[in-house]
Amino acid sequence: MADQDVVFRVKRYRPESGAKPTYQEYRIPYRDDMVVLDGLNYIKDHVDPTLTYRWSCRMGICGSCGANVNGQPRLTCGTYIRDVHRGAVTVDPLANFPILKDLVVDFDDFLTKLSSVTPYIVREDWGDLTKEYTQFPEDVEAYRQQSLCINCMLCYAACPVFGASPEFVGPAASALALRYIRDTRDEGADQRLARLNTKSGVWECTFVGECSVVCPKDVDPAGALQTLKVLATMRHMRRLLMPKSVSR
Amino acid sequence: MPKAYSPDSVPRFVERTAHDVVIVGGGAAGLRAAIAAAETDPDLSIAVVSKVYPMRSHTVSAEGGTAAVLRDYDSLELHALDTIKGSDFLADQDAVEFFVARCPREIFQLEHWGCPWSRDEDGRIGQRAFGGMSVKRTCFAADKVGFHILHTLFQTSMKFENIHRFDEYFVTSLIVDGGACEGVVALDLRGGRLVAIAGKATILATGGCGRVYEFTTNGFIKTGDGMALAYRAGVPLKDMEMVQFHPTCLPGTGILITEAARGEGGYLINKDGERYMQRYLPGKMELGPRDILSRAMVQEMKAGRAFEGPYGQYLGLDLRHLGARTIEKKLPMVRELTEKYMGLDPIREPIPVRPGQHYIMGGVSTNSKGETTLPGLYAVGEAACVSINGANRLGSNSLSECLVFGEWCGLTAAQYAKQKAAYPRGASAREALRREESRVFDSLLGRERGKETLAGIRVEMQQRMERDVGIFRDEAGLADACSQLAKLRERFANVGLADKDRVFNTELTGFLEVDFMLDVAATIAHSALNRRESRGAHSRTDHPTRDDANYLKHTLAFRTDGAPRIDSAAVKITKWEPVERKY
Repeated sequence: MADQDVVFRVKRYRPESGAKPTYQEYRIPYRDDMVVLDGLNYIKDHVDPTLTYRWSCRMGICGSCGANVNGQPRLTCGTYIRDVHRGAVTVDPLANFPILKDLVVDFDDFLTKLSSVTPYIVREDWGDLTKEYTQFPEDVEAYRQQSLCINCMLCYAACPVFGASPEFVGPAASALALRYIRDTRDEGADQRLARLNTKSGVWECTFVGECSVVCPKDVDPAGALQTLKVLATMRHMRRLLMPKSVSR
Repeated sequence: MPKAYSPDSVPRFVERTAHDVVIVGGGAAGLRAAIAAAETDPDLSIAVVSKVYPMRSHTVSAEGGTAAVLRDYDSLELHALDTIKGSDFLADQDAVEFFVARCPREIFQLEHWGCPWSRDEDGRIGQRAFGGMSVKRTCFAADKVGFHILHTLFQTSMKFENIHRFDEYFVTSLIVDGGACEGVVALDLRGGRLVAIAGKATILATGGCGRVYEFTTNGFIKTGDGMALAYRAGVPLKDMEMVQFHPTCLPGTGILITEAARGEGGYLINKDGERYMQRYLPGKMELGPRDILSRAMVQEMKAGRAFEGPYGQYLGLDLRHLGARTIEKKLPMVRELTEKYMGLDPIREPIPVRPGQHYIMGGVSTNSKGETTLPGLYAVGEAACVSINGANRLGSNSLSECLVFGEWCGLTAAQYAKQKAAYPRGASAREALRREESRVFDSLLGRERGKETLAGIRVEMQQRMERDVGIFRDEAGLADACSQLAKLRERFANVGLADKDRVFNTELTGFLEVDFMLDVAATIAHSALNRRESRGAHSRTDHPTRDDANYLKHTLAFRTDGAPRIDSAAVKITKWEPVERKY
């Protein structure tokens, strides 16, 4: 049973009240094997049913439960209270997004950006459905890391560039663009690089690298952004030197 | 400072009064149906209505793989036989034959859309062993198969301008007019309003109902919404007593450790270090079907041969002999989960595991096209019961089921919509909307809190189901569960809400979910009480053998004002006569 207490200091924002965001404190019992999400669920079930946040899988794969914990973007289901509390745990909504209510923020902007990088296989000839396109294990390995993005938005919450320039396409959408560019089945690199070579594209990134620090799945969006800058430059040079070439 | 939110700041979807196909749920089945319907005709308007952003759907948690016959050593006949035998002969054999024949093209379709299937050295899609499958038949993308399938489908769905997403819309009821389903009424969580989303055809793809149990691998969102919506509209739920318990879940959290861990060669051991499956299923050992493995675990616990831990008894899943390379390459998520949530490395220590609710074979009764008894209403995926799974589903058949029947159901619903000239008349939608506004906003939100709490009722239901409608069942426990669930339903009428806001009121959606789950739980308990035999996952200690003379039939549960009315339907047998299920 629980043998210790912890204070949760949670940001509250109720759009229908007209009031500005404030912190509310809850003292709750906890065990060493409890994660921050367990603490939020304890509050919701036993203390304050009005507390509002998203969660589902509680195993770090659905990407719903991100929040800023003590100022750091984290998945609350994978963050142990014992590791982060200094008498209190402060939970804020993910930074840089519009708050809808308490810890719930609006991600629609990301989905628009994801859609803008053509996040699917593009090709002329699709063949039939009687066999697979050949891919060797090393071909899969080439895009595997970027394909692991769970869209949890921690990287956007950590990105100062996105905070200052909300139109920046951002880390996760860029990583997913690279995921498809590196896929041997795909022929859409040109249109993706054209999109990423715009004002809101990869050049906004100043290589702060915080996105890769907070990524819970080791996707390394900062590395992806640097690779995309190189690819976008090469594409640009090729178009200058060989204007008629159809480049991949 | 947070940026101010304005509901008008982002255009969220095309405002239309009606769609051709309305799909409830954005997991593998729902998205596969949406793409199939969208591809048939760019002029068809497809609405995907989901209570979460689609990439949060619980498909994301599926780990081990997707079954399909791809190799010369395998055959459709064998996949069908394994599935039917696994189902303890309760599957409809015509549906199974259709299913196994369509699986390969769905694997290739996903591959063409970019799914990162793990490959063999020759560049072909790799296959691994799975429980109850007699050969290596399970395609995989490491051990994050559901995650990759879901994101592949979701990202591919962005290609289609005629797919209109309603993200974070919680469906509260179906619109039924003139004996046909004509869409849904949904709570727009962010807008804080109820809306009618009318459609010529409606597909329920809401997944299972694992959260009616206390110890489950299922995410918080799996609350049987679609099952309850159909049931309330008069559609029967089929074979609801058939609940799958997965043998390898982490104690405490219920997090799933994939069957692929055993497919790759993992052992199950008791506290004496013995591979105890030799006592129960020497021919298959750890690769037996899930129902048999879960029962064996309970028997080991009762015999005092299990480990003791802070969350009760458990057994060991030992992967040490597989070596670091296999674990890192083929089971990276197993390692990630055990390191993060158990604080141990499976390369060096056995993983503590115990059985937990994982899947329900039962669901909204449909035929193999996904059609229900209500014209215009379809169901697919775990929410539906076709049935290819009968009394016990084989691991890696459920993702395949979502793909095969998702596509087929999407095509069927699109055809139905095209043949129907007129969109639903607005009057029925407006009337349904007014009724829901009165029920949800005026009545439910107006209720003040009393001595009953939402969490209290939910936990009592979950504990009751766990205790009396679990792996082993008997007459007394089931009868007690039925009456206790009815009492919980009465007490639920006294639950009030503290949160009076309309915007993103998760206390309100939590209330609506428990409301759905109480209906679904009652159908499970009553169906289980009625089946006085043991078959597949349904184990009655008071009726320990299969009784084909009386129970080789599907259970149907119909809604009444009181307890569910139980009826039955014939099982379709094509060429595999029921025999004793021996491995």
